[in-house]
Amino acid sequence: MKVLVAVKRVVDYNVKVRAKADGSDVDLNNVKMAINPFCEIAVEEAVRLKEAGIATEVIAVSVGDKSCQEQIRTALALGADRGIQVETQGNVEPLVVAKLLKAVVDKEKPQLVILGKQSIDGDNNQTGQMLGALANMGQGTFASKVVVAGDRVNVTREIDGGLQTLSLKLPAIVTTDLRLNEPRYASLPNIMKAKKKTLDVFTPEDLGVAVTSHLIRVKVQPPAARQAGIKVKDVQELVDKLKNEAKVIS
Amino acid sequence: MSTLVIAEHDNKSLKVSTLNTVAAAQAIGGTIDILVAGANCGAVATAAAAVPGVGKVLVADNPAYEYQLAENVSLLIAEVAAGYDNILAPATPNCKNFMPRVAALLDVAQISEVISVLSADTFQRPIYAGNVIATVQSTDAKKVITVRTTAYDGVPATGGSATIEALSAAHDAGISAFVNQEVVVSERPELTSASVVISGGRGMQNGENFKLLDGIADKLGAAIGASRAAVDAGFVPNDMQVGQTGKIVAPDLYIAVGISGAIQHLAGMKDSKVIVAINKDEDAPIFQVADYGLVADLFVALPEFEAKL
Repeated sequence: MKVLVAVKRVVDYNVKVRAKADGSDVDLNNVKMAINPFCEIAVEEAVRLKEAGIATEVIAVSVGDKSCQEQIRTALALGADRGIQVETQGNVEPLVVAKLLKAVVDKEKPQLVILGKQSIDGDNNQTGQMLGALANMGQGTFASKVVVAGDRVNVTREIDGGLQTLSLKLPAIVTTDLRLNEPRYASLPNIMKAKKKTLDVFTPEDLGVAVTSHLIRVKVQPPAARQAGIKVKDVQELVDKLKNEAKVIS
Repeated sequence: MSTLVIAEHDNKSLKVSTLNTVAAAQAIGGTIDILVAGANCGAVATAAAAVPGVGKVLVADNPAYEYQLAENVSLLIAEVAAGYDNILAPATPNCKNFMPRVAALLDVAQISEVISVLSADTFQRPIYAGNVIATVQSTDAKKVITVRTTAYDGVPATGGSATIEALSAAHDAGISAFVNQEVVVSERPELTSASVVISGGRGMQNGENFKLLDGIADKLGAAIGASRAAVDAGFVPNDMQVGQTGKIVAPDLYIAVGISGAIQHLAGMKDSKVIVAINKDEDAPIFQVADYGLVADLFVALPEFEAKL
């Protein structure tokens, strides 16, 4: 079966992102970019399904400007077979990304679509679920285990206080949580090989999707700053402060 | 203006996060109804009807909604949404699962994890794990919103007398089924809901040393977390990770032990009410956000701390 995996180019998780002084946007000049960590887990899961003989082909898709081809190449170096870039400019809202992915799903007819549960820039946690609704597929979000069996997939998901397992009819959507797997590092030979893999580019018009906007970003600002507190001299003083000043322990 | 609040519940009791969400709905203004979707969930409906300020409680009591499968519940909510301007739910793992589906069915955006209502169409929400607060204005006629529950104090649970109305709609999409659920019976609270969290970092040196946190966690009723550095070093499993790529926590007391304070960790805990840092490096960035910093060798400080609690 075919597996489609979505990847997003985001600011590297080690970068401290700041709002621009004029509040118009975040400052992304000369900032290190990387594949979204949850998307990396999604790629790893897809590649493992291929190594297990369950997936026959793994296709990595990204929505963004030309620079996101770098993240598609990362996915190809990790083991995806070919890439698709949907060329867009600027900020594209999750609903539109989901519509674009739906069009790619219609084209490629994957049995499984794996996405990260959220990207660490917008923190929306929406795209996978929206794609599920648009494609009328079942969804296993926040997955910690994925087992394909016949024409169904069992997905174990992280819920409040435990784990829940669902059985979904294929084709289905999976969104990844941290526990699902530990992504590998791409080897140098695989990075070289990835450069030769096919990467097709489509525009939203090619896919028949209108890029609409439902939200206006009025401004961005830093959160209320936290004041550094005091240094205590020993454990006794710490316990006293917590009991009598902060009153958080009794 | 009318708002529908989706109840968070387990078919037996109404969860507090619903009360936080009603508070956010009040900030928007207008009438407020609550939708309870579940199976044998009469007790939840009764509890929801007692929430002050609620006009109507709509109850869809059907086996199709027993586990609130996203495929089924989203069809129900999208149908009921026809009569409302705003659909609000707490940003719990359960509601985060189905709300974006509702938004897509309605062909509108979802505004996730709202922390402040500025006007009927303008909201604030954290992005980049809370390093930046975005103000967004919705151009959709119908708004689908999840509410970060730590941003709103809940309304009282009793004092109201809403009418209860049964809905007969039974939506079963037939593409998903519940298999089983293991609710971890731990003597420790969940990381994201604990009022006290104690986390260890690379300074713990190995997984065995995390046992030093156990006694303190027992005494404080705390959940135990870890930094990404500790997880990447293989000391503890990934689900203990607090940070941008892990769990976001905001307890009353957060104790960071042997954690330097990388940006990615700070993003996951800086909204805690009181932060304590124990680290032997006095220049560690964690001290810049800590209310109480103790420069000490954790292997000496932890046993002493436990003994004094």
